[in-house]
Amino acid sequence: MHGTVRERRGAIGALMQTLRLEPPALPAPSRPARFRSGRALALLAGVGVVLLAALLSLRVGSISVSNRDAWDALVHFNPDSYEQTVVRSLRLPRTVIGLAIGASLGVAGAVMQGVTRNPLADPYILGVSSGASFAIVTAIFYLGITSPSGFVWFAFVGALVAAGLVFVIGSAGRDGPTPVKLALSGVVISAALSAWTSALLLLDQSTGNIVRFWVAGSVVGRDLGSVAALLPVLVGGGVACLFLGHQLNVLSLGDDAARGLGMRTGRTRLLCSLLVVLITGAAVAVAGPIGFVGLAIPHMARALVGPDYRWVLPASFLYGGAYLVAADVLGRLVAQPAELEVGIVTALIGAPFMVAVARRQHAT
Amino acid sequence: MSEKAIRGEIPPVDLASPRDGGSPSGDPRPRHLTVRRGGVSLRLSPRVAVLSLVVAAGIFLLAVWALTLGSYAMSWGDAFAAARGTGDAKQVFVVQSLRLPRIIAAVLAGAALAVSGAIFQGVVRNPLVSPDIIGIDSGASLAAVFWIVTGKQNALLPVAAFVGAVATAAAIYLLAWQRGVDTDRLILVGIGVGAALAAGITYLTVRYPYEIVRPAEFWMMGSLSGSSWRDAATLLVAAAVLVPAALLLAPSLRTLQLGDDISRGLGVPLERLRFGLIIVGCGLAAASVAIAGPIGFVALMVPHVARMLAGPISGGVILFTAVLGAFFLLATDIFAQHGLPIALPVGAITAAVGAPYFLFLLYRSHAAH
Repeated sequence: MHGTVRERRGAIGALMQTLRLEPPALPAPSRPARFRSGRALALLAGVGVVLLAALLSLRVGSISVSNRDAWDALVHFNPDSYEQTVVRSLRLPRTVIGLAIGASLGVAGAVMQGVTRNPLADPYILGVSSGASFAIVTAIFYLGITSPSGFVWFAFVGALVAAGLVFVIGSAGRDGPTPVKLALSGVVISAALSAWTSALLLLDQSTGNIVRFWVAGSVVGRDLGSVAALLPVLVGGGVACLFLGHQLNVLSLGDDAARGLGMRTGRTRLLCSLLVVLITGAAVAVAGPIGFVGLAIPHMARALVGPDYRWVLPASFLYGGAYLVAADVLGRLVAQPAELEVGIVTALIGAPFMVAVARRQHAT
Repeated sequence: MSEKAIRGEIPPVDLASPRDGGSPSGDPRPRHLTVRRGGVSLRLSPRVAVLSLVVAAGIFLLAVWALTLGSYAMSWGDAFAAARGTGDAKQVFVVQSLRLPRIIAAVLAGAALAVSGAIFQGVVRNPLVSPDIIGIDSGASLAAVFWIVTGKQNALLPVAAFVGAVATAAAIYLLAWQRGVDTDRLILVGIGVGAALAAGITYLTVRYPYEIVRPAEFWMMGSLSGSSWRDAATLLVAAAVLVPAALLLAPSLRTLQLGDDISRGLGVPLERLRFGLIIVGCGLAAASVAIAGPIGFVALMVPHVARMLAGPISGGVILFTAVLGAFFLLATDIFAQHGLPIALPVGAITAAVGAPYFLFLLYRSHAAH
């Protein structure tokens, strides 16, 4: 629309341009004045929060590590130091993986909410994660594939099929894909897939014993080497999503308006959905199904930076990463000496959040 | 009729037609069979009555057949005699204490699940809803898994599961309450609560050693193996109380399909009615999950098929739904027990059969739309 103008004007001009052309909000009414100065600050704070969460993640655990050891482990690693070895071999991988997964899931959730115009969209609630999980368990069970980069292809296919099914079923009926129908069809698909997954596991004890930990969703014990191939996919997918802000803004005006403005809505939707499937598949392959990150984070981002997706997406990216790492740290603290899997922590935080959103959305 | 029924836009009720189903002028044949007792009436169209009878006969045949099946095989005549307590003592034991209670439990659990599904789908006017989808089974499962992994007394497992289911239903209802219960809110709150409970279950299953967790995972599949007479009796009591209650509420459930506003306008005490229906539906679901574990997709799918065959919800259709649910669960349980190289929990079969069929139904209705 106004892309070329914006490029010539530079950052400040773009910001002003944005503010004047800001599309009607979803779901909250747009209050640009409140966010005008705040949102750059919010992104900056997001960077700070990410660094803080990462630092905590390196330091906190069954043994505490000092700031100095954490820093040394990163820049001049001394293999003789026990603390530094712990940081380097255990905590650094889970922190990096947590950041990558949280950031990409957060932004994927925002994209999903924009594409479906549904405040409750999340790869987990809409069954995409279950599709990936089911495909992976099948790959482990029948083909004996145990490395994430081996079964990620199955995860992509599973996520894609599940996303397609959920959308087809959720849009059945006269009123099209309403939030409730999409959420329900996601849960129905997840229920079917998880029943089949459990049936597979009943047949095979050894797979069952491995998979029960994996299904909880965790970033522990993933060695960086084995997931190295997937991290670029995750981060790349997340970064690619950041450029969809303008498209999502236009889509949020409604399909007719978007088409009227010259957008090929079908193609945009397809591109967005493929990115979400890519991110979800890779995230599930690395860490198992971690739910509700994509639900909670975009809502939080909207509260901070307003409804403009060009700001919501980067904010979701940053705060998503920080959130997942923080949830992982929390999981280490609450169940000492054991640990709570991060997937459990995010579900226990995210589910009440979903109830709260549902209560607000459907207030009488 | 059928397309609309599966699409979930449950067709509008024909309020103009006389409630007693009496013959319209000029047609000497009564279109409905009406049973009246005091203020209660049950209306059965001949079609639904015939369908119910056919399926009931099918249940009887399946039940007798199931009595003959198993590692200790016997002829139909022997099995029938043993069921009545005559004949070889060993046969009498196998039939009366092992096979018969399981068959009765399957029939009753199937009926209870199907009716609870029909009630929920009617209350929220959404064909994708059933007690297991909106989290009630997760509550029962969390309680039961806790009970199993902490090694508590096995005999009280059904009680724990029942309490879990009822407490969850109450929590969902209260959380969804905001000057009344909006049905969409009820569904979404249910999904959220279910997810939180599922996280709790996951926590328990990863925290305990696998040999302790495995029986719990088996329970969570939903199985009828090892059903005793006590289980069958528990289910019978629940069904004997709650299914008539469902039939009693069926006419108002029919009115509810017109939407909240119209129902209110017609003088339906909406919140009270919804509360009553939810109690009945939850009671049925909780009883079945307490005895058999969370058997999925029966409550979701059977009401669809019943609506497709017999039309929009009414007392007669609820009765037919019950019969159909009983038939379906009995048939799948026989298959789960005898049709495969190894016996599987029936929940694995209902998911394997029910889920694709359900998706097919929805897909077809979507394509028709």
